[in-house]
Formats: sequence, structure tokens, C-alpha cells
Amino acid sequence: MKPQTIQSNSNVILKKKKDKKKQTNILVEAVVVLFSAVIFLIPFYFIIINSFKTSEEASRMSISWPTEFHIIQNITEVLNARNGMLLLAYFNSTVITITSIVILVLVCSMTGFVLQRRSDKKTNGIAFVFISGLMVPTAIVPTIWVLDKLHLFKTLPGIILIMVAITIPFAIVLYRGFIATIPREIDESAIIDGCGGWMLYFKIIFPLLKPIHATVIIISAVNIFNDFVHPLYFFPGAENATLQLTLYNFMSMYETSWNLLFANVLLITIPPFILFLFFNNRIVAGMTAGSVKG
Amino acid sequence: MLKSKSVYTYTLLIPAAIIYGVLFILPTLLSFFFSFTRWNLREWEWIGFENFMMFFEEPSLMIGFQNTLIYAVLTMGLKVVLGLIFAVFLCSKLKTKSFLRATVFFPTLVSTIAVGITFSALMHPSQGLINQTLGLIGINGPDWLGNPSLALISVAFVDVWKGVGIATVIFIAGIMSIPKDYYEAAKIDGGNKFHEFWNITIPLSRPAINTVIILAFIGGLRTFDLVWAMTGGGPGFSSDLIASIIYKQYQAGFYGLSTAGNVILFMLVAAIAFPLYMFLNRKEVDL
Repeated sequence: MKPQTIQSNSNVILKKKKDKKKQTNILVEAVVVLFSAVIFLIPFYFIIINSFKTSEEASRMSISWPTEFHIIQNITEVLNARNGMLLLAYFNSTVITITSIVILVLVCSMTGFVLQRRSDKKTNGIAFVFISGLMVPTAIVPTIWVLDKLHLFKTLPGIILIMVAITIPFAIVLYRGFIATIPREIDESAIIDGCGGWMLYFKIIFPLLKPIHATVIIISAVNIFNDFVHPLYFFPGAENATLQLTLYNFMSMYETSWNLLFANVLLITIPPFILFLFFNNRIVAGMTAGSVKG
Repeated sequence: MLKSKSVYTYTLLIPAAIIYGVLFILPTLLSFFFSFTRWNLREWEWIGFENFMMFFEEPSLMIGFQNTLIYAVLTMGLKVVLGLIFAVFLCSKLKTKSFLRATVFFPTLVSTIAVGITFSALMHPSQGLINQTLGLIGINGPDWLGNPSLALISVAFVDVWKGVGIATVIFIAGIMSIPKDYYEAAKIDGGNKFHEFWNITIPLSRPAINTVIILAFIGGLRTFDLVWAMTGGGPGFSSDLIASIIYKQYQAGFYGLSTAGNVILFMLVAAIAFPLYMFLNRKEVDL
């Protein structure tokens, strides 16, 4: 045999091997995709399909196709339940989320700026106190006591300030990390031009923080919007509905009407889903920020 | 330098310090005091360690302590292992990469109560989709949430379902930051996929692994909403966590006892998470 044929032979074998490997890779991928679709997507399919059904059909809790499309009736009924409680909840949750975020962005970017730029012992101590809030659980009843003393218990301003307080550590970590990438030369030239601390911050630094503002806004929006525990404790009462509290209350109210319950779940899941559609990458970037460098 | 330092004035952090100090730090400090009292929000009476003794003597309270540890360890372990598997898989050459990543990640953005309700339906003993599916292959599925020895674990699984996405994206970020040369070097030395995973991916994504361990562990210790939406701590007290006991005692008007639960949770986090954080971070510096 000529050496050339041997080489081409072995090439064919190699190619066959590669093709086989490719095939198994595609097969493995298909299996994994199918598997994760079943695990992660069926629950959502289940929510959607059951929110379309009538009460009797939904009580079977199956994923079969609905025989009757009842989505409009279901949503109207959920929205009208308890004198339009859900609409009030939408209003409250929106006000809480937006107001807390405005405060957070302002207050935490200032703090992150100072904490990053100064590096003395005292500043590090302050930073530690702020950041330890990521781990420390909220002290429930004492917080109620403090809120009560300030006449803020069961009020919108009260729950807004609580949401700000518990989100401060996370937002400060993000801002501090981002501000570290802004060169100090920018500060120095502004100082030479006569800028003081506040002016430097508002005129120069704050506008440079746009990308991290976006991240903080989106992630806090999802977290505050979805929060159940803090409104449960600090914002109780019939008029003080938030979306998560309302959903929880509907759970006992609609024990047998899964169609209405899932219509409610659907309504509550739409806002985070929209954020996810538009800002998926930014959300992921924010949640992984700092985790790699440590 | 001195002059420029004074530009970064502490007045900039006053607003955050006031909100955080009054509504977070102050209550945390107060909790240490009020946990030693019998308290109705207006008057308090010093009763020493009575609340804490009660917490550790009363079986219905003590179980919450054990459950919290089991829950935190279980969810953390599963999130690390599964998250790592997903991440390695998602970092390989796939056509459906971004679809898969989005699929795994989206549940983290859904409200916990909504997830709890959905899985309560899916885990229904007779009609639920899970047991119906198991029935198709001849397995008689258990009563996931009604069986006292299973309820806590079922909730933990749902927690993993909801939270593994965060672990996955953090791991992906960690693995992506590893320079490709290492893998090429391993290939030249004749290493296989397992060698690459064990000797390169794992040690070099240590910071990411540390983050996930700490986040998942503390998250597990503090969990309340998922358990509350799915089992309410039941059946009996079998799936009670410290956080759900804090809520129950608060509802019952035992404010001192509830606050003692808070302090115990704080101590638990401090005793486990802070040293863990220090330990894991020290290792990072060595790398």
C-alpha cells in the first residue's frame, strides 16, 4: 500500500469518528434540552393553561388543552374580587417599587462613592456595617416597634423606607464595585476646577453611573415587587394590599378555584417576565457582579 | 491627598446611614434586648433567658432549629452541585445555549408565593402532575407535602428549582473568566474532560463557588415565604423553620419569644456564615 492511501484512510476514520462524536453531542444536547424544558417550563405551561380554563376543568389540575377559553372571565373575576383589591394591590406595589428605587439610586450611589473613594480604617468599618446587612436577617418585632414609634407602621412611607433599608446593602455593593472602575483622575480634575464633594458627585460622577443605575433599578424592581415577607409584617391591613399579599390571601379564598388562582399568578408574573425579556443580560450581569473577582 | 480626601465628605452617606441605621441597625440591636423580655410592644418585663430556654426545650420550637439547618445545607448542596453541572454544560458548544440559560434562570425572577402555589398544585397527592406522571410508569407517588417526614424536603426541592438559576449564572461567569490556555495545556498533557473539570474548572472558579455557597446558605437559613406558602410549617410542625416560628409567635402575640427566635437566627447566621465568609475569602487571596 502506498503511504498516501494509508493517510487518506486514517483521515476517513478520523472524520467518521468526528461525525459520530458530533452526532452523540447533538443527541446529548437534545436530551438535556428536553429534560430541562420539562423541569423548568412545564410549571409555567401549567400556570398559563389552567388560568384559561373553567373552574371545574381547572380543578382536575391537568395540563390538557382547555375545552373552553375562560381567560377573560377569569381575569375579570380576579380583578373584581373583594372590591377590586387586586387593582389596589397593583397600585400599592407599583408605588412602593418605584419610590423605593428612586431613593435607593440616589442614596446608595452617594454612599458607594464615598465608601469606595476613601480607604481609611473608619470608612472600611462603615462599609462593613453596611455590607453585613446582606447576611443579617431583619429583626421583625423590634422593627415594628421602631416603625410604630415613628408613626410609620402600616403606612406606605413606612414600607417604602423598610424596602430601602433592606436593599441598601446590595445596592451599595454594586455601586461601590462600579465606582472602582471610574478613574480618580476625573475627580482630581474636577477638584482643580473647584468642585466640592456634592458638586463633584452630582455633576460628574452620578451621570457616569448610568449602566450600574440600570442594573440596580432592574434587580431591585424585581426583588421589591416580589417581596412577600416585609409587606406581610410591616404593611398589614385590608387597605394595605400588595400584589404578593393579595395572592397569598387569594390562596385560602380560592381554595377550589385554581383557574382564578392561576389567573392571579399569571397577572403577577407578567411584570417580571417583561423585565426579563428586555433586560435578561443586565439582570444576569448584576447578579453575578463581584462574584467572580470576589 | 489630604485635601482630596476631604472632598469625599461623609455628609454624602448621611441619608443612607439614617435610613439604614434607624430601620435596620437599631432594630437589630434592640432585638438583643427585647429577646430577654416579655413584651407587648408597650410594656416589657425582664425575664432573662426564659425565651431562649423555651426555644430549646419546647419540641415544637426546637424542630424549627433542626429543620433550618437541614434545609440550608440541603438547598445549598443541591444548588452548588446542580448549578455547577448546568454551568459546565452551558459553557460547552451548544446551539441552544441562550435558550437553556434563560430557561434555567427565569424562575429566580418569579414571585416565591406564585411558585409555592404552583408547586402545591403540582405536588397534589392524587391529582398533581408529578404523581400522575409517576403513575404512568407504575410508581405510586408519595404525598409530597402531607407526609411529615417528606414535606420539608419537598419544599427544599422547590427552592432548588427556583434558585438554581442564580447559582448557574454565577458559575458560568466564573468559568468564562478562566483563561482558555489552561484547557489547551491540559489537552496537550493528555488530560480528559474529567481532568479538565476537576483540576482546572473547579479550582479556578473557586471565587464563584464561594459566592454561591454563602448566598445559598444564608438564603436557606432565612427562608420563610416558600415554606409558608406551601405547607405553613405543617403537617404539625414538621416543616417549620426558625423564620416561620418567628412569624407564628409574632401572630400569637409572644413578641419576646418571636424576637428571641430572631436573635437565634442572627446567631446562627453569624456563627456559620461569617466564619465561612472569612474562611472562603482567605482562600481566595491565596489563589
